[in-house]
Amino acid sequence: MTGTITVTVNGQDRHVPTNSTLLELLDTLELDPRGVVVEHNRGIVRRPELDSATLADGDSVEIVHFVGGG
Amino acid sequence: MSTRGGTGADGPLVVGGRAFTSRLMVGTGKYADNPTMVRAIEASGAEVVTVAVRRVDLDRTKDEGILYHLDPKQFFLLANTAGCYTADDAIRYARLAREAGFNEYIKLEVIGDEETLLPDVVGLVDAATTLVREGFKVMAYTNEDLITALRLEDAGCAAVMPLASPIGSGLGMVNPYTIRTIKRRLQVPVIVDAGVGTASDACITMEQGVDGILMNTALAAADDPVAMATAMRMAVDAGRLAYLAGRMPRREIAIPSSPTTGMLG
Repeated sequence: MTGTITVTVNGQDRHVPTNSTLLELLDTLELDPRGVVVEHNRGIVRRPELDSATLADGDSVEIVHFVGGG
Repeated sequence: MSTRGGTGADGPLVVGGRAFTSRLMVGTGKYADNPTMVRAIEASGAEVVTVAVRRVDLDRTKDEGILYHLDPKQFFLLANTAGCYTADDAIRYARLAREAGFNEYIKLEVIGDEETLLPDVVGLVDAATTLVREGFKVMAYTNEDLITALRLEDAGCAAVMPLASPIGSGLGMVNPYTIRTIKRRLQVPVIVDAGVGTASDACITMEQGVDGILMNTALAAADDPVAMATAMRMAVDAGRLAYLAGRMPRREIAIPSSPTTGMLG
């Protein structure tokens, strides 16, 4: 497919438009940035920088949040 | 060495320069449902609640997260590094937790064995050293070993958290001697974490003079978590008060409580 790249998000491959930002990715996933923390290629991306962090083919993204635990 | 406290009045639990209203801390895992969890936590009187850091389930992003049920303005969220078996993993998770933006505290767990969930103390001290340097207030889940506890304190941990018995075991405090030894020798707060099963466990643990106690399964896996949480709140208060009251010494002979003079002839 033209105009898309493949990135791994939470261990699963996803196709996203070329030059997508992390903020756009969260939006596609219907995630509120205030409720998650994002790691891009093992580096934490601070919330204000989500809309300027651009995805490249082969990138790895981890999106985490708090869950119940002891 | 006795467990006499006898200091009378109590102050708040202070960890890392912050005062907490309750010496009972509780986890948020394993509950049957969120409303039960919230009611149990409220019944416990706990201020500090632990949470874990995990991947968002991308197939269920519209589900309510835990913060929908627990108001971060009402509770102090203490993130843990549960499930981490190396220092690097624990450091990674701690940094992610801090980025959520609530506080710089972390309940550090570096696990060494899947069956017992006992800590890998080498990895634990390594991770603690790094995280302290990065400005975290580290509360370290550890075993009953005094030397490890001292190393964690030397590394700059804000609190040391020796286990009563393995996580989720409900065995209560299996070694009071080591818990007392750690409390006697450390300057930082000692908060017993893991293995508490029922109210008497919590009471006996607090009677050792420790500064606080953390439990999760004891509440979540009780038939009635809310009732157990109420019992635990009383038990922690009772144990703490008994410690501060300065218990009587133990003897292996009897000493009468009634006068031995004035008996009838």
